[in-house]
Amino acid sequence: MSKSDPNAPKRLALIASKGTLDWAYPPFILASAAGAMGWEVGIFFTFYGLTLLKPELTAAVSPLGNPAMPMKMPFGPEGFQNINWVMPNILMANVPGFESVATGLMKQTFHNKGVATVEELRQSCVDMDVRMIGCQMTMDVFGFKREEFIKECEIGGAAMFLEYAADSDVQLFV
Amino acid sequence: MTDVIKEDQVLDCSGMLCPMPVVKTFKAMKELQSGQILKMVATDPGAPPDMEAWSRQTGNELLRSMTEGGKFIFYIKKK
Repeated sequence: MSKSDPNAPKRLALIASKGTLDWAYPPFILASAAGAMGWEVGIFFTFYGLTLLKPELTAAVSPLGNPAMPMKMPFGPEGFQNINWVMPNILMANVPGFESVATGLMKQTFHNKGVATVEELRQSCVDMDVRMIGCQMTMDVFGFKREEFIKECEIGGAAMFLEYAADSDVQLFV
Repeated sequence: MTDVIKEDQVLDCSGMLCPMPVVKTFKAMKELQSGQILKMVATDPGAPPDMEAWSRQTGNELLRSMTEGGKFIFYIKKK
């Protein structure tokens, strides 16, 4: 009970609802930073966010429908790298493999800039005893089984997460 | 001329972006005894405000925060 004990560590409750590569970052970054500050952290993985609990992370990113996403090249001279390539939807929707190219470019750009991979961030969270709760309802809807997710996670529902969140100092929906 | 701080351990977080400097610092501090000092070096411009917040939240004292040749250097004393 975080609130009832004044000496208890602060607590962060996160909801991770998105499973694309770009949106996989915020919950794991916030959770590992909070864990590094000695906070208790719990993440509720629901809807598309549930796939972030798979052992092999296959999160991809699509610039289609993400009009504000900068398309940058991770190679070449600095001026070239800083160009924001404008990609019309008609191109993104029709060129086969565009999503895997965009995913590869984002991974390479992040790597070059010194951003940890999603796998590394998730492992940091596991090492710091971050509670990871997979949503039972999402599992039922999409037909997932417990064995398909990492052994460190637990499975629960909305009431279980809300009870945890009610005793938290910070609650965020990602 | 400021006093020289003698560190017990050095952690190089050069090239790493948020949140890795605080995560690595947290892990390195676990290996130290109370009163020992960690010197952490980072290049992320977000590190100075992050380390100040991290120090306040964990109670480990940030003895000094300085910039040297484009790098950010922190001395942290384990509580």
